[in-house]
Amino acid sequence: MPPTAPVLEARSISKSFPGVRALDGVSLTVLPGRAHALIGENGAGKSTLIKILTGVYQLDEGTLLHRGEQVAFTEPRAAQSAGISTIYQELDLVPLQSAARNLYLGREPRTRIGLVDFKKMRRDARALLADYGIDADVDAPLASLGLGTQQMISVARAVALDANVVIMDEPTSSLEAREVETLFAIIERLKAAGVAIVYVSHRLDELYRVCEDVTVLRDGKMVHTGLMADLPRLQLVATMLGRELLEQTRRERAEGEGPDPDAEPVLDVRGISRRNLLHDVSFQVRPGEVVGLGGLLGAGRSETGMAVLGAQEIDSGEVVVAGRPVRRNSPAAAIEAGVAMLPEDRKLAGILPSMSIRDNIALAALPRLSRLGLVSDKRIDEIVAQFMKQLSIRATGPAQKVGTLSGGNQQKVMLARWLCLNPKVLILDEPTRGIDVGAKAEVRATIDELAAQGLAVVLVSSEAEELVDESDRIVVLKEGRVIDELTDDHVTERHLMQAIAGETDEAEQTPAADEQTPTPDEQTPAPDEQHEGGADDE
Amino acid sequence: MSEAVATSAPTWDRARVLRWTRDNGVYAALVLLLLYNLFFTPRFMTWSNLEVQLTLSTRVIVVALGMAMVIGTGGIDLSVGAVMALAGGLLVQFSGVNGYVAIALVLVGGALVGALNGVLVGYIGVQPIVATLAFLFAGRSIAQLLLAGKNPSVSDPVVLGVAGNKPLGIDGLIWAALAAIAIVAFLMRRSTYGRRLLAIGDNSRASFLSGVPVAPTLVLVYVASGVLAAWAGVMDTSSITSANALSSGLNYELFAITAVVVGGTPLTGGRVRVLATVAGAILMQLLRSTLIFHSATDAISQMITAVVIVVAVYIQRVRKRA
Amino acid sequence: MTTPLDQQPAPEVVVGAPGTSAAGPAARAAALLQRGGVAALAALLVLVILGSALWPSFHTMDNLRYTLLGNSYIGIVAIGMTLVIFTGGIDLSVGSVFALGGVVGVYMNNQYGPAVGIVATILACGLVGLVNGLLVGVAELPPFIVTLATLFGVRGLVYQLTDAGATTYSLAPDSFMAHLGTGTWMTIGIPVFIAIALYGAFHVLLERTPYGLTVQSIGGGESAAVLMGLPVRRTTISLYVVSAALAGFAGMLQAAQLVSASPIIASGYELQAIAAVVIGGTLLTGGSGSVVGTAAGVLLLGVINDYIVQLQLDSTWNNVVSGGFLVVVVVLQRVLNYRRR
Repeated sequence: MPPTAPVLEARSISKSFPGVRALDGVSLTVLPGRAHALIGENGAGKSTLIKILTGVYQLDEGTLLHRGEQVAFTEPRAAQSAGISTIYQELDLVPLQSAARNLYLGREPRTRIGLVDFKKMRRDARALLADYGIDADVDAPLASLGLGTQQMISVARAVALDANVVIMDEPTSSLEAREVETLFAIIERLKAAGVAIVYVSHRLDELYRVCEDVTVLRDGKMVHTGLMADLPRLQLVATMLGRELLEQTRRERAEGEGPDPDAEPVLDVRGISRRNLLHDVSFQVRPGEVVGLGGLLGAGRSETGMAVLGAQEIDSGEVVVAGRPVRRNSPAAAIEAGVAMLPEDRKLAGILPSMSIRDNIALAALPRLSRLGLVSDKRIDEIVAQFMKQLSIRATGPAQKVGTLSGGNQQKVMLARWLCLNPKVLILDEPTRGIDVGAKAEVRATIDELAAQGLAVVLVSSEAEELVDESDRIVVLKEGRVIDELTDDHVTERHLMQAIAGETDEAEQTPAADEQTPTPDEQTPAPDEQHEGGADDE
Repeated sequence: MSEAVATSAPTWDRARVLRWTRDNGVYAALVLLLLYNLFFTPRFMTWSNLEVQLTLSTRVIVVALGMAMVIGTGGIDLSVGAVMALAGGLLVQFSGVNGYVAIALVLVGGALVGALNGVLVGYIGVQPIVATLAFLFAGRSIAQLLLAGKNPSVSDPVVLGVAGNKPLGIDGLIWAALAAIAIVAFLMRRSTYGRRLLAIGDNSRASFLSGVPVAPTLVLVYVASGVLAAWAGVMDTSSITSANALSSGLNYELFAITAVVVGGTPLTGGRVRVLATVAGAILMQLLRSTLIFHSATDAISQMITAVVIVVAVYIQRVRKRA
Repeated sequence: MTTPLDQQPAPEVVVGAPGTSAAGPAARAAALLQRGGVAALAALLVLVILGSALWPSFHTMDNLRYTLLGNSYIGIVAIGMTLVIFTGGIDLSVGSVFALGGVVGVYMNNQYGPAVGIVATILACGLVGLVNGLLVGVAELPPFIVTLATLFGVRGLVYQLTDAGATTYSLAPDSFMAHLGTGTWMTIGIPVFIAIALYGAFHVLLERTPYGLTVQSIGGGESAAVLMGLPVRRTTISLYVVSAALAGFAGMLQAAQLVSASPIIASGYELQAIAAVVIGGTLLTGGSGSVVGTAAGVLLLGVINDYIVQLQLDSTWNNVVSGGFLVVVVVLQRVLNYRRR
């Protein structure tokens, strides 16, 4: 087999889950000795693709070729014995067992009588870790080691499996700068040994430094594949966030529309910080204003939203609503103060799936809709009917279980749950994710309407177009820090993407620059690394 | 939930049949069993026998209501049988005072045990099964100690009246159970507490993010279960006119769980079927007594109970989605 | 497997979530405490020393013999329970299976001799375990409910086999099986040595074999174990078989000691075994623990019993103290867990 033949190849793979087409004809060609960047926002289908490559899910359509032969991995074990090993984002190791055991779990060295040879295991583990420059006590339970060290052990485990493909899902998300360097050294060694790497990350600098090839997914489809060097930074961000065309600017506002610039802010976020997640995040929102939180996955957008709701613990800083500081870490207190939030993960944190639309809408307002601990069904019925009409929730009736509704209608039910509280601040985390186009437009129209009524809205969205279209201002986050704030004429997709890509405005003076001829700036991303490493250092 | 998928499928497919069975299976089974007895079991379908059967199932019904509420939050309460025994012990301790006060104090005792369970579960985060296991151990022995190993008889007319009085000619225990059913049904239908309980069981994270006081609600759920178990203990003591720490409420945690499961309340929480739980308790009682009428041994009826439990959970099972 | 009963009401922070990196020594101490059942061992030691100092009759050979023999049966049951709990499951059927083991063992022994008796016991009870295992592992029913059903069903079976206790299965006092239960070696009952041997064997199995490490990692996080390519389902099923086989074997041993099989024996053993396992430091959420810890847990409960006897308290205090002890242990486990996060 010639060395340039792909070691792993996915050909027009599709995969559906009930109600969702997670992957739609996606192809991926992984070459030996090279690193392939696999990127896309949340819900783009990266995780599903990885899980198909590793045998966790079975594909519906398409073919999977490993070393030129068609394969069907029915379980993770099959993929592993074929030499495809994976470092999962959520650290899928056994936390209470020692590092050494984790390294060799499932393929322990044995003594002659078939018992596990712990002596050899420990010796091998020490040698392995030392070889890769990982400093850790192999006898310590994994949970007692630092997150970065755990992650490195996960890497070492994957590498030690004699893999020919190593899939790394956000491998640097919990690593310190020094550890990142160690990881990169390991990756270089693997590449030199002919191992293929599939590298998933949202840290652009890393992608350009490590990867030769790139594939971009969006909404379950492959939207770009090619050489990393041929894809300038700005265009990478644009492809990922959904626009080739960078002309989108803020929707024109009618006369008198939009927030009163002199109004006192109703939401004042003052320097909230949380170790490893948020660093001194501050911003304000005035009544009637829509402030977008921009940035890539893992930039701290959702965490900021959750912190305002009091559901993300913070170490310092405060959230002030209508002039009053809100008690920390208590959603009930934040809700009482007038904060409402549509969480990103509807299923996990939003809906009560087996309860009715009625009960779902009334949940947060129960204290107001009851007297002496008894619910007033009449008032609930009124409110439910009102909001079902106002938000045009399509269902067989208020008794329909929310779990059986479409995503768009579920989202409207969630909106109704909060709107019946008359909130002052509404945080919307990916409000249109996973819902169909019609419902999307409706939800967005509702956002405009609410802002027009004087509600302060914080919008988190991975769709650049939506963010730019809806927001009056955009606060751009990166690695838990506010790195930029786009106002007025700067609320455009171009500026947003430049901010995210970490480029200065000056480099892109000419309007509507020709995307086919990237500026020299974009072709040489290397100088950014120093800065990146420094920012990473806690 | 994958029910969304089912709606588009043709009528009377597997999923629909399963869903129908899940919702109405217990009533259908009850009707079938009664019909069977009507034709094949002499002397079964008489008013007097049916009243006896209902009376026999009342204690399980009361305990099962509390269990259903706990299971509605996704938990379990193993302490109920022990609380019943403890209630008997306490009732004897308070025998000097007015009967009403004594009963009230016993219910407070049940509430305290429930509060202990609830704090362990809601605030400390101990799994319900262990948190309530501790009292299952200790409760019956505490009752034994209170009774000093004897089975003292109870003479207070108020206490004896719980089972002894027959208003409208209907056994007092049936009234006692009806009262409990009415209160629980009312709480579940009308109170914020009932809604919150279900919300926590359905999605505790979402409930927390919507401002529901999760831990305090959980404490109150276990309190309710403790109070209901104590009430069942009072009923038991009243009906046998003496307190027996060794036998009162023995294995009732198992009977109650069976009734709840057979009634179709999902073990995953989010739903409490009050009447179906009552029907479940009655079904199990009738099943046992039908078997006895046909001179099957207790052994056979236990084995059949086992099969019924497994079938009931199997029907309710929601497969994990990949 | 996510059993509904395992659901934590409080919003859970996963170990390894961002922002929880490493509280070093404290975490390690906590892990050590739980792993070896060190706390239970330490408490056991303290109680034994204290008891010896207080009462002259405490550290006599008689008392030791009595305590060890009395706890060897529940001890054997607790081994299987440890394995099942290790994977986040539970086995409530062990008490009934224990009784079944006694009846089957004595009956088959009297019919076909001791070898058949022992093998038949293990096979019959293992079959019950297989039913449990298949319902849990393949049908994906919650372990709690499955084993609750077999608790009922097997007890019913035992009653049926004995005509509700009317038929007594007795052993000839001089038979091999009776000797197995009543015999002594160096004045200590043979069941004690059998229990010790089983503890040794299962300690090695759990700590030193790939199978054991798989068991340990299933508890730590079933999805992790699946992703790591370990045979999770097969292992889970096998554990219920092992648990039932051990319970049945223990039942047979006790029947041998009593020279007859009783259908009503061992109800509530499942609770005692669970208590011993939890006190011995095995987490009910699975993933951490040891059979050595369980041994300490069993003996600790035994010594508490001794204390009750020495203090001339009513024996019912036993359960009260055990229950209280259980609460203290689980609360401590939770608190230590919180700190580790």
